[in-house]
Amino acid sequence: MTSRELRVSKIKDGTVIDHIDAGRALHVLRILGLTGSEGLVIAVVMNVPSRKLGRKDIVKVEGLELREEQVNKIALIAPSATINIIRDYEVVEKVKVRVPPIVEGLLRCANPNCISNQPREPITPRFYVRSLRPLKMVCEYCGTELNQDDVIRQLTSA
Amino acid sequence: MLKGRDVISITDFKRSELERLFEEADLMLEALRGGRGLRTLEGYVMATAFFEPSTRTKLSFQTAMLRLGGSYIDLPPEHASSRAKGENLADTIRMLDSYADVIVIRHRLEGAARFAAEVAEHPVINGGDGTRDHPTQAMIDLYTLRRALGRIQGLRVGVLGDLRYGRAARSFILALTLYPPEILYLISPPQLSCRREVLERLDELGITYRQVESLERVVEDLDVLYVTRIQRERFPDPLEYEKVRGSYVVTRSVLEKSGRELVVLHPLPRVDELSLDVDATRYAWYFRQASYGVPVRMALLKLVLRG
Repeated sequence: MTSRELRVSKIKDGTVIDHIDAGRALHVLRILGLTGSEGLVIAVVMNVPSRKLGRKDIVKVEGLELREEQVNKIALIAPSATINIIRDYEVVEKVKVRVPPIVEGLLRCANPNCISNQPREPITPRFYVRSLRPLKMVCEYCGTELNQDDVIRQLTSA
Repeated sequence: MLKGRDVISITDFKRSELERLFEEADLMLEALRGGRGLRTLEGYVMATAFFEPSTRTKLSFQTAMLRLGGSYIDLPPEHASSRAKGENLADTIRMLDSYADVIVIRHRLEGAARFAAEVAEHPVINGGDGTRDHPTQAMIDLYTLRRALGRIQGLRVGVLGDLRYGRAARSFILALTLYPPEILYLISPPQLSCRREVLERLDELGITYRQVESLERVVEDLDVLYVTRIQRERFPDPLEYEKVRGSYVVTRSVLEKSGRELVVLHPLPRVDELSLDVDATRYAWYFRQASYGVPVRMALLKLVLRG
């Protein structure tokens, strides 16, 4: 626990996403579709010291539990993140996100000539993870590579 | 070990599998030269689905099937088939899959063959997808080197031309990683240089290569020169094509600078990058290379369908 982190009060029920790569907390909020106007209590802590990552971000959201798809997306932009589910001020479950070796459906191929971009074909884009840090994902159909910036751009745009 | 296999990318193959293929191709070549008719694939039907133009690939697959006693069906050109009514690739492949024992596909889109292989129960062979793979061409290229020089590994190889958009060049370069050359020269104007993912693969596998712009500077050092056409149809911008068109031409006089027994390959068709005056020289292996398309594809069809 760092002194800066302690400035943020505990939440009663909800989710704490910890060990987010420094500077990516706002991307996590985009993935969760949170703008602040929903009325949920949200705490965002950015660039605090971390033993594991050097620096890290933390997001706390009162009254929210994540869907699996959201967890999978967070894994792609913050592969070291841990997700703590809080009930009555206690951590009842702590999960480390995991990037699966094959990612299906969450991302689009950047190559317009890839078969996976054809709207009339029954096809789901599929990528395998060549490297986690730096992130490199390769389209199983055409071999086009997505890097971390590509992935963030895709996951956080509308 | 190849029975029932899809043939999508040359990188899906092990060297031992290619060796098996080449041994089979030798037998096929022998049978062809002896004028012996084969009935190895009697009763089998191959479907050819070429969504892009082709001369050699399609005709040599069809010839191969006929020479083995099998038969083929051919997807008609777009205007004469249901695709003109808007049928998608998946449905077309499902239909062919229900009619034939093996499907050979060529398509403008990258990954089309892999997708077809997922849709089809029967084996799918990639006859070229976009700028990406042309595995059977690479098999023929390696086989030609084996016939011409008695070996594939440890050669001094130059690949000249459109290394960016050419699927034959890309597949040949990747195929060579199974038979590491002594040195690989990647010769192209900067706009057509090899793509990053291919270079990364060469680095990963420890292949010794150099990227150069001029053939003249390295021709004396080559055992093999693989010439390719500039892929005009793949350029995103026609102006970019105009900038590089005609930027390299292989002529007899350039080749004669090499004191070595140089083998010149070309996947064909050629436009103007390989001068006609090379045809009558001892360097010219590209017509034989094209003719090996039949025995190599016979071998592949036999192994995929019958093992």
